[in-house]
Amino acid sequence: MADASPRTDTSTDADTEDKNLRFKNNQLQIMATSDGSDKSRDQKTLRRLAQNREAARKSRLRKKAYVQQLESSRMKLTQLEQELQRARQQGIFVSSSGDQSQSASGNGALAFDVEYARWLEEHNRRINELRGAVNSHAGDGELRIIVEGIVAHWDDIFRIKGDAAKADVFHILSGMWKTPAERCFLWLGGFRSSELLKLLISQLEPLTEQQVLAINNLQQSSQQAEDALSQGMEALQQSLAETLAGSLSSSGSSGNVANYMGQMAMAMGKLGTLEGFIRQADNLRQQTLQQMHRILTTRQSARALLAISDYFSRLRALSSLWLARPRE
Amino acid sequence: METVRELASKKAAVIFTKSSCCMCHSIKALFYELGASPAVHELDQDANGREIERALRSLGCNPAVPAVFIGGQFVGSAKDVISLHLDGSLKQMLINAKAIWF
Repeated sequence: MADASPRTDTSTDADTEDKNLRFKNNQLQIMATSDGSDKSRDQKTLRRLAQNREAARKSRLRKKAYVQQLESSRMKLTQLEQELQRARQQGIFVSSSGDQSQSASGNGALAFDVEYARWLEEHNRRINELRGAVNSHAGDGELRIIVEGIVAHWDDIFRIKGDAAKADVFHILSGMWKTPAERCFLWLGGFRSSELLKLLISQLEPLTEQQVLAINNLQQSSQQAEDALSQGMEALQQSLAETLAGSLSSSGSSGNVANYMGQMAMAMGKLGTLEGFIRQADNLRQQTLQQMHRILTTRQSARALLAISDYFSRLRALSSLWLARPRE
Repeated sequence: METVRELASKKAAVIFTKSSCCMCHSIKALFYELGASPAVHELDQDANGREIERALRSLGCNPAVPAVFIGGQFVGSAKDVISLHLDGSLKQMLINAKAIWF
């Protein structure tokens, strides 16, 4: 009796190629089992057919990965074109400006933009590698290497941002190094970890009860830390405003000039603390990512990193669309 | 250093600050959010301020403020406090020191 064994193929494509192979396979199986004599030839045939199926499946997965890579390359290309345009604009500003101090900070900002673009390109390359590994059902060992690489690579950008904040804190705070849609969500020079975790909680199922608790606690803790830093920033703004208002005086006199200088000096001191806030905000982002990675299994971390990267990719794609939108 | 130790052991949660320091404001806000009522010592309002600041720096606290002590033990500055909060340790320390109950 012919046994049309069900294929346990995990590919979601309903390729005709697939159907053809299956049909041929069933036909051959029927022929093979009805002819009782050549057992070894049946075995060889069956094995060859199984290998063909496997090869076809792998080929489909590779094709899928390749297409995804192409698509993300296309998005990356658009981003790079934008960066280039922005850098050119800044470059033109720098070269025409005779003011030394201005061009110095312009250079700092430009240098960071370039470093960030480079980091992003490397990040996307690693994410594509991860996606390929996940889609081709790579083992935990291989996944872990790629995942840990990505987590360590995140550390790089935080270090680069830290250096850039020392050189030009307002450039980092401005978010001009990010695309417009990303800037919508800007908080203290970057993303909000608590929002990222909220996003992930729904994407990461199934989680153990322990994991759900841990992730929720992490989300709450990062939100509390964000609120605390925000309050500190508000206090800084308030304090700065009061300092500057305090130097407003109705009548001019030498005493008032001295006051003015003193108030300006104080205001300068306050501006200097901005860098500390960016540093703590980035520290918060970095620690949240690492803590999340600790709570999840390798496979879950892989999914989380892919989800985060896809989300930011979409924001950047949205920015491209927005910038390219037809206008009257 | 004695002054620091003495002040640090007076309450379950103790924070050394400066009135002009906004990061101190953030850390205080975090503690209040967790339900802790830390004792706050403003170094610029304290006669021994400079000595205390030197002692805090010698403990490795840089910048000197905010400097957080829980249960008399030096916990760290803003970065340490935030890291400990994210992995759940901060809350546990506060509970152990009976600064909070849950």
